[in-house]
Amino acid sequence: MTEKIQTSEEMEKETAVKTAPGSPEVKPEPEAPKPKKDPRSKLFRSDRMTIVAPAPHAKGKNSVPRIMYTVIAALLPAAIMSIVLFGTKAMVTLMVAVFAAMVAEFACNKIMKTGITVDDGSAILTGLLLALTLPPTFPIAGTALGAVVAIVFGKMVFGGLGANIFNPALIGRAFLQASFPVKITTWTLPALSGSGAYYDLITSKAVDTVTGATPLGLMKFEGIGTHLKPLLFGNIGGCIGETSAIAILIGGLLLVILRVADWRIPLSYIGTVFVFSGALWLIDPAAYPDPLFMILSGGLMLGAFFMATDMVTSPVTPLGTWIYGIGMGVFLVVIRIWGGLPEGVMYSILFMNGLVPLLNRWTRPRYFGEIQQEKKT
Amino acid sequence: MKLSTFKKGLHPEDYKYFSHDQAIETLPLPDDVYLPLQQHIGAACEPLVKKGDRVRTGQLIANSSSYVSAPVHASITGVVMDIEKYYHPLGMRATMIHIRREGEEEWELLEKIQDWKWTPKEKLLETIRNAGIVGLGGATFPTHVKLNPPDDKTIDSFILNGVECEPYLTADDRLMIEQSDKILLGMAIMMHILDVQKGYIGIENNKPEAIARMQKRVVELGYPFKVVPLKVKYPQGAEKMLIYSVLKRKVPYSKLPMDVGVVVNNVATAFAVAEAVTEAKPLVRRVITLTGDGVNQPKNLMVRLGTPFKDLFEACGNVKDDVHRIFMGGPMMGMTQYHLESPVVKGSSGIVAVTGELVEELTTFPCIRCGACVRTCPMNLMPLRLSKFTQEKKCEDLESYGIMNCIECGSCAFVCPANIPLVQWIRVGKIRLREHKAKKAKENA
Ligand code: SF4
Ligand code: SF4
Repeated sequence: MTEKIQTSEEMEKETAVKTAPGSPEVKPEPEAPKPKKDPRSKLFRSDRMTIVAPAPHAKGKNSVPRIMYTVIAALLPAAIMSIVLFGTKAMVTLMVAVFAAMVAEFACNKIMKTGITVDDGSAILTGLLLALTLPPTFPIAGTALGAVVAIVFGKMVFGGLGANIFNPALIGRAFLQASFPVKITTWTLPALSGSGAYYDLITSKAVDTVTGATPLGLMKFEGIGTHLKPLLFGNIGGCIGETSAIAILIGGLLLVILRVADWRIPLSYIGTVFVFSGALWLIDPAAYPDPLFMILSGGLMLGAFFMATDMVTSPVTPLGTWIYGIGMGVFLVVIRIWGGLPEGVMYSILFMNGLVPLLNRWTRPRYFGEIQQEKKT
Repeated sequence: MKLSTFKKGLHPEDYKYFSHDQAIETLPLPDDVYLPLQQHIGAACEPLVKKGDRVRTGQLIANSSSYVSAPVHASITGVVMDIEKYYHPLGMRATMIHIRREGEEEWELLEKIQDWKWTPKEKLLETIRNAGIVGLGGATFPTHVKLNPPDDKTIDSFILNGVECEPYLTADDRLMIEQSDKILLGMAIMMHILDVQKGYIGIENNKPEAIARMQKRVVELGYPFKVVPLKVKYPQGAEKMLIYSVLKRKVPYSKLPMDVGVVVNNVATAFAVAEAVTEAKPLVRRVITLTGDGVNQPKNLMVRLGTPFKDLFEACGNVKDDVHRIFMGGPMMGMTQYHLESPVVKGSSGIVAVTGELVEELTTFPCIRCGACVRTCPMNLMPLRLSKFTQEKKCEDLESYGIMNCIECGSCAFVCPANIPLVQWIRVGKIRLREHKAKKAKENA
């Protein structure tokens, strides 16, 4: 691949500078014909083709599709848990979102003539993430629309993979929130939550659909807390993929261990929320929720491990990453406690996404030996 | 024990098992040698012989009056066939002196030095220059220049570079195991010239035999040197990284190791210095590793300079039919070869032939800003931005992001999951920046 990128002219220039300092008569002539009286012609075997390319000639094993599919695999525990909790409806939502995202990407590829990029896995991932942030009762057409918006306006209009500023799945989700404000905040309690009623789509009998609020909604508007155990396992109202903190943690830790996700992001994001809300709780335990509840409820776990860590929309420098995570944490607590909404994960991530280009610029690492240089001058 | 190392860097597969227990073999004298007039950094040499001249092994055949330069010596006894342009392993055609072997081997030695401990420093430096010794690790900077820092620099430490961090290569490893005494002697001579007391030998701990051997001989011969085992990490062999690993000193931007009081030399260079000073032998041979899964019998060979690669491959049972790439040096920084008749030069530390199984053709994806390159770059640069700025021709930004600091180690391109040729772009960027500066200087003038 490497040799296609550099033009031969550039390569020649490079060779000239690199190999012949101070010797004007040594000119790079890679293509020069062999002189006729070369006595070594008997040694020369031209029947073997080898590749001529600039170094390095070795390559690490990581690749973009590998990263994408690893994230998808890490999302599986959360996806399976969503099906366990919310039944076939969750499964349909997941499938529709993934399928719509892939179709949208394919269509964009065709229209924009970019070459097919569906197989790199990023569209699947966007669809999956979007689905996991939708409530179980969300209409199928809306899900599909959201996935299309996520791909088209969240990614492809910027120029495809790697060029977008905001997380595509969250763009889709923000669009749905603006278009269907009621539908997206109608929560069904999971089948296992104790009411005993299964929400069954296959028999199309919506048996005893129990609508209920999310723990955050309960906390914010009615001042009712939720116990930790249901928060961990997911027997609560909420989006299909965010309710079970344990399922998300399993996948999230896998990502961190495999270094697909930068560990600094979940740590700084969740850590900031914990510390900030913990400080408020210590000041007045009656008025503010306790910090464990804050980090386990809502979409924080999913957001911190899978959305904020999206490589394209997070900073590349270690320092930038810390600022990014802390910024999101502060933003989230402010929205949840003083803002008008019960949940703020989406907005906190999108807001900090917007700052990433600036963070990358401001936090350029000092290059090796730079400090001494400044001291000396 | 905690091993010292530098920050960042990476761990490529090292593939040293191909040749690391092959003892150094001496290749029979080649029939023809091709000696480039320039095998070093600095001024090119002028030939001192002409077509038809008889030369003896070790005879001076090309020299330059310039200080930063290293002379060339005939590496076999024979007749000068011609002085013409031939293929150079660095990917161009360069003027070389072609010698054909004839008759018995006769040596022409340098001026003998009786006892180096009592010989003036200038005399030793002159001998090293006359022997044509350059940095044999691949940098090929003339050693006598390195050993003669300007008077305003105080040198307090000497580091012997036995790191050999490039995958595949084992020449230095074998040399340390088999020729430890000469290497230590060479190091002592260089330290004597520099008048430094503290000597360190940096070796990565994937060479336990070399570490043990050097350690043992240092103690037995009573040298005041310290063998420093280092944690395996690429690119530890780069001077700046090695100095940080061993002494935790950072060489400032655009400065040289001597600015922090350190001189670094390779083990192969130390070996050559010892041979020149104590045996009066000029540099006419070196150890080179022939390896890779494309070679039938990987070997470490002691060869005469100027031997065509073809002869080397013949000695190793030739290359396999599905060879995909052949490069001189390691896979991270080596140059691909397109002609097997290019000769061994002073800077050739190894020739690696790989088949398609190890190096694949890869599709390039857009940068996903994963930050892997930033996390890996040992010089703490941002390769993704540097390559972007190069493509956009933003020369001011290139400079403020410190592009000239890049040591072209290739780590960034190695880790990039999007397979972007980052270091390749950075090389272009350096040239663009230089051109831009030259243009600006012209405008201002
Ligand atoms: S930018 Fe230069 S120094 Fe940094 S990893 Fe890439 S090649 Fe090495
Ligand atoms: S390693 Fe490659 S994909 Fe990752 S940030 Fe650097 S250039 Fe971009």
